[in-house]
Amino acid sequence: MAVVFERPKSLLDVPTHFCPGCGHGIVHRLVCEVLDEMNIEGDTIGVVPVGCSVMSYNYFGCDVIEAPHGRAPAVATGVKRTNPDKMVFSYQGDGDLAAIGTAETVHVATRGENIVIIFINNTTYGMTGGQMAPTTLPGQVTQTTPYGRNTETAGYPIRVCEMLATLSGTALAERVAIDSVPHIRAAKKAIRKAFENQKAKRGLSIVEVLSTCPTNWGLSPAESMQFVKDQMIPYYPLGVYKDVTAEEGTQA
Amino acid sequence: MEKSLMKGNEALAEAAIRAGCKCFFGYPITPQTELSAYMAKRMEKAGGVFLQAESEIAAINMVLGAASTGVRAMTSSSSPGVSLKAEGISYMAGSDLPGLIINVQRGGPGLGSIQPAQSDYYQATHAMGHGDFHILVFAPCSVQEMVDTVMLAFDKADQYRIPAMILADGLLGQMMEPVTFPEPRTTLPDKSDWAACGHGNQREHHIINSLFLDAPLLEQKVQERFQRYAIIEANETDAELYQCEDAEIVVTAYGASARVAKSAVTAARQKGIKAGLFRPKTLWPFPKKELCEATKHASQILDVEMSMGQMIDDVRLATSCRLPVTFFGRTGGVIPTPAEVLTEIEKLTGGAA
Repeated sequence: MAVVFERPKSLLDVPTHFCPGCGHGIVHRLVCEVLDEMNIEGDTIGVVPVGCSVMSYNYFGCDVIEAPHGRAPAVATGVKRTNPDKMVFSYQGDGDLAAIGTAETVHVATRGENIVIIFINNTTYGMTGGQMAPTTLPGQVTQTTPYGRNTETAGYPIRVCEMLATLSGTALAERVAIDSVPHIRAAKKAIRKAFENQKAKRGLSIVEVLSTCPTNWGLSPAESMQFVKDQMIPYYPLGVYKDVTAEEGTQA
Repeated sequence: MEKSLMKGNEALAEAAIRAGCKCFFGYPITPQTELSAYMAKRMEKAGGVFLQAESEIAAINMVLGAASTGVRAMTSSSSPGVSLKAEGISYMAGSDLPGLIINVQRGGPGLGSIQPAQSDYYQATHAMGHGDFHILVFAPCSVQEMVDTVMLAFDKADQYRIPAMILADGLLGQMMEPVTFPEPRTTLPDKSDWAACGHGNQREHHIINSLFLDAPLLEQKVQERFQRYAIIEANETDAELYQCEDAEIVVTAYGASARVAKSAVTAARQKGIKAGLFRPKTLWPFPKKELCEATKHASQILDVEMSMGQMIDDVRLATSCRLPVTFFGRTGGVIPTPAEVLTEIEKLTGGAA
């Protein structure tokens, strides 16, 4: 019988701790499909953050380093600079990347560090029980914005791809989503492009993935996908914010 | 071997390159500036990596990343910057990662001063971050000893998979002394059994991690680490004993203040006072046995530091409060003079016997 679908080899055959309807499982699979397709698992070092995806070291088949909160880009820099022939990626949530680790994120981009960042934007701190994240939408209810995010006191969400696209060292800044099959296919393509960029030594590639957190949103998995479509995508438009290969007129 | 006249900070940098350090990640701060500047000039030419990080926090995490792959990595800073590195050092300790951190201490707290001080002793030896852990802490007192200590610190850090710190100060960092360097290290310890440097489809994946959500498992990991610490405490202490054989008063001091104290002890001897100097070269582990040996015939101890008195606690503990311990110190960047220390010795002993 023809095999039409199977678990990527670099995604280990272990149960995950993720909640039902969580987007991490989908993104893990996409990353591992790319590692398999490019046959780079053995040459890849992943750096995982503090947050829900902290235990991804148990799921990714490549070597993995667990970084302090927000510091994954700095850890990845240390790995890549001393091992320039290896593939290095960080996998970070929104609190990790855009709050406590903002300096590390901005500087890894402006240095043009030749790594990949997979950035999971689900508008909340999942691991600690659903507090306001830097990407929480205006009016969105979280544990620490119980009356909805009031932009007068809590400020505005950060659009990370737009911000990093302004920096010269960024090779790719692309926002994707996992709310539909076409979007998931586009997400895979962006992740592949990011790793191809690293192989070609083009600089920092960040793929922002609009993802779900049913548990902390208080929604069902299906409703959560709808939330991404109806609430998140309008505020965080999908698309390519910077792509040096397009600017150069070459194909990635 | 050829001697060169060199500044302490630059000598530390050159020694690290010769010790096989492959990368330096730092952030500007006085009075360790020359160390970074030397690395910027030399490291790339020596085939390594120099990178000025966006912060002390990023710098120590770059060290963490590089060390995770098995290469010799280091950072240097001064007191306020070392506080920022505390998080990363705790993670390194919890992940059993070797690495070298140099603290060229200045006055504190806060922004403090840029002059030499020894007020980070507590931080280095007792509280270098959150959690149950230790790091190796070395306290050289001359430019030559700093050079020799760099090699030793890297070796011991690798041997025990533990971060190591050289606790220097602005005086040692800034002064120039003649120095000879060891031959560059050509072979380094093999770390392939744990390093996360890509498994090449040849082995199970390696995980560098300090998270253990299962409480009994974390307890076990910490206890295993403390068994290693016990071996370190039994084998790795080091101290200089100067004229302690018949000393009735032993002065305890480390680093720059030990040099001041040594002059005072020599002057006291010339006056017929039976004084000696105990200078710990390792601060963690603290050389307890050596201090007990040094104070065998003593009736009292004078502890001298460039702080309000921090090491004095370890001196009291090591001697089980058997002897009275008096403190003399200057802080905030003020360096004590040999005359001041001699006056204290004379006051305590009543002058020559």
